[in-house]
Amino acid sequence: MSKDAPPKTEEQQPPATNGGRRRKDLRKSAYDMTAAGAEHVVERRTLAVLVDNEAGVLARVIGLFSGRGYNIESLTVAETDHIGHISRITIVTSGTPMVLAQIKAQLDRLVPVHQVTDLTVEGPSVERELAMVKVASTGDARVEALRLKDAFRAHVIDATLDSFVFEVTGSPEKIDAFIELMRPLGVTEVTRTGVVAIKRGQEGM
Amino acid sequence: MSDLMTGAEMVVKALKDQGVEVVFGYPGGAVLPIYDEIFKQQGIKHTLVRHEQGAGHAAEGYARATGKPGVVLVTSGPGATNVVTPLQDALMDSIPIVCLSGQVPTFLIGNDAFQEADTVGITRPCTKHNWLVRDVEDLSGTIHEAFHIATSGRPGPVLVDIPKNVQMTTGTYQKPNSAPRKSYAPKVKGDIERVTDAVALLEKAERPIFYTGGGVINSGQKATELLREFVRSTGFPCTSTLMGLGCYPGSDPQFVGMLGMHGTYEANMAMHDCDLMICVGARFDDRITGRIDAFSPGSKKIHIDIDPSSINKNVAVDVPIIGDVAHVLEDMLRLWKSNGSKKKDVSAWWSTIEEWRAVDCLAYKMGGKTIKPQHAIKRLYELTKDHDTYITTEVGQHQMWAAQYIKFEEPNRWMTSGGLGTMGYGCPAAIGVQVAHPDSLVIDVAGEASFLMTMQEMGTAVQYDLPVKIFILNNERLGMVRQWQELLHGERYSHSWSEALPDFVKLAEAMGCIGIRAETTDELDDAINDMISIDRPVIFDCVVEKHENCFPMIPSGKAHNEMLLGEASTEGAIDEKGAALV
Ligand SMILES: Cc1ncc(C[n+]2csc(CCOP(=O)(O)OP(=O)(O)O)c2C)c(N)n1
Ligand SMILES: [Mg+2]
Repeated sequence: MSKDAPPKTEEQQPPATNGGRRRKDLRKSAYDMTAAGAEHVVERRTLAVLVDNEAGVLARVIGLFSGRGYNIESLTVAETDHIGHISRITIVTSGTPMVLAQIKAQLDRLVPVHQVTDLTVEGPSVERELAMVKVASTGDARVEALRLKDAFRAHVIDATLDSFVFEVTGSPEKIDAFIELMRPLGVTEVTRTGVVAIKRGQEGM
Repeated sequence: MSDLMTGAEMVVKALKDQGVEVVFGYPGGAVLPIYDEIFKQQGIKHTLVRHEQGAGHAAEGYARATGKPGVVLVTSGPGATNVVTPLQDALMDSIPIVCLSGQVPTFLIGNDAFQEADTVGITRPCTKHNWLVRDVEDLSGTIHEAFHIATSGRPGPVLVDIPKNVQMTTGTYQKPNSAPRKSYAPKVKGDIERVTDAVALLEKAERPIFYTGGGVINSGQKATELLREFVRSTGFPCTSTLMGLGCYPGSDPQFVGMLGMHGTYEANMAMHDCDLMICVGARFDDRITGRIDAFSPGSKKIHIDIDPSSINKNVAVDVPIIGDVAHVLEDMLRLWKSNGSKKKDVSAWWSTIEEWRAVDCLAYKMGGKTIKPQHAIKRLYELTKDHDTYITTEVGQHQMWAAQYIKFEEPNRWMTSGGLGTMGYGCPAAIGVQVAHPDSLVIDVAGEASFLMTMQEMGTAVQYDLPVKIFILNNERLGMVRQWQELLHGERYSHSWSEALPDFVKLAEAMGCIGIRAETTDELDDAINDMISIDRPVIFDCVVEKHENCFPMIPSGKAHNEMLLGEASTEGAIDEKGAALV
């Protein structure tokens, strides 16, 4: 999903990929360096990486990014296949098309990596992040926080007389918006999972 | 023999099942069980080095000279950290190395135990893959997998870290299996559509050039044969990277010499002006391309490489073909022939190239009595070319002169540290080559400074009767550094000369080798002939002109067609931007 997708319409958004076109461009021009400054356009991408869940695999992936100077905006990982011991890593990164192609090729080259999918370019996909937001307040501010949470479909998952913990799910932008909204009402702590993402439609990775 | 055995027994059995004949290593507490097993057996020969870095480079030399993986055995902690440089060296130059390291027992890992180091952590970025084996049941399978990964796809170094208690525990030995892990499957066949596109470009080219690299040699003998057939049947010129020397015969008229920073004028000019570049197993690194935005601006580019991450990394190409060089060349050659071997008339292109050649960019002035380093290499080449010769080098000016003046007719005859540029590589690498080819003439073309970095390996040479020849171009300078300081840093020679150099002849004698010195041009030939005829390790101190620079040179930050040809053209050659580059 593109970064500036407004939170409330995200479900109905048309596939925000510009993907088909971009992909074709890549193939045709092979990142033609002479094409009018094309290589300087920094793009954000969400990659899904399937790996063998073995010791050190995350260190390999992270070491690749730090060692080669690539960006990590968000990274999440968990075992998604307990029988085959396959973990899925979701990485949000950014770079020029040439760098992004390198990132994918370099990831693919790691021995425990099964598959690298660029969810941003390979057709429409959905992204979600989960956050827990602690808001400590009393009186009007407390009432307002409880009321406003509904606009974001957040839930109360812990409450005391002078605090709530809200659970909110959505795009990173929606979560940013929720936290900003709650801040004046007494945010004392925030924790976020980072982005997970999946392709739309019936087809599996 | 039952399948139940200790981890240490498994290590030796797995090595034998992988066809290993030679191990380069150094013992210590955490590998003693493995050394005990090595003691008890016959099949595998162990070469005791003097420093683990030497073991790594010797294994690299062995691997390059044989096409087989080099095997290294080191202890935990300092043993493993000492091998980091050769691992990175092998990674950069795609050399198959299997390094086995001892580790403290599993129950002490993380305790800052004696000689503990996080070996898999330290070597993760300098290996193709590595493993810490915590369970003896995984040990043999892991070693087999390690060999598979080191030698397949783009070859590279791997490391298996084996805690001492795992070596001493009994478990079940698994034979090498044919079902390697699913996540690792390098593609060897190129896409046939791409091959077709490539052949179409070949048929249209008016100013084509083959740009070949170490990938041809890594791919194996067949790749070399196919390349030669292909280049000859097209009649196109062929250049090679430092790593690829020997894949196309150096004295063939279609060979225009090495390209890159210290490549020939004709090779670099042809790369710059070509309309079709056929890159075979090379990777467009910065020593090759010079200024990247001025690199071969008018050409279509075909790139054959087994590593997808090499494609479009530095230079955008028009026809990328991912696959093994031999497989791709076979398809390409077949298609080219079945299309009728059509090509444009390239004679005009050749006449341009001949004009560049006529510049004679490798010409140098003789120094009277003083030996010119170029002349020393030229004579070394002339006097050894009819022998069964292998050449290794250290890093510096001498390395470039060796690459420029020695013609390699066959692959696997030239071992140099290309990607990492590791001073100290050549002496242990020569030892590895000599282990593989005991009766051949193995010469390390060395600088005096580089040799001092790993010269203790001459002890290894003496111990195992390995008659390696260290041919030192002794300029009493860190010559290449001095050259850059002259051209780039206002002739301020900051710490680029060695005082208190050893007397290399006495050093040779002290180490049990033969020492030879040549100080004048007229005694050079006899001295080289002496060296060749001695069947023992030799340290040859060739005292050369101290301030010679290595030309031609593409200054950093400049394009291929902005080469410096000699002393006269060097003033202000490198601007500030270029000075920031390495
Ligand atoms: C391990 C290591 N340290 C430093 C360098 C940087 N370096 C490159 S060439 C060179 C000088 C080499 O001197 P010498 O071996 O005498 O060769 P010469 O250039 O004089 O032929 C140095 C210091 C290097 N390549 N490797
Ligand atoms: Mg020197």
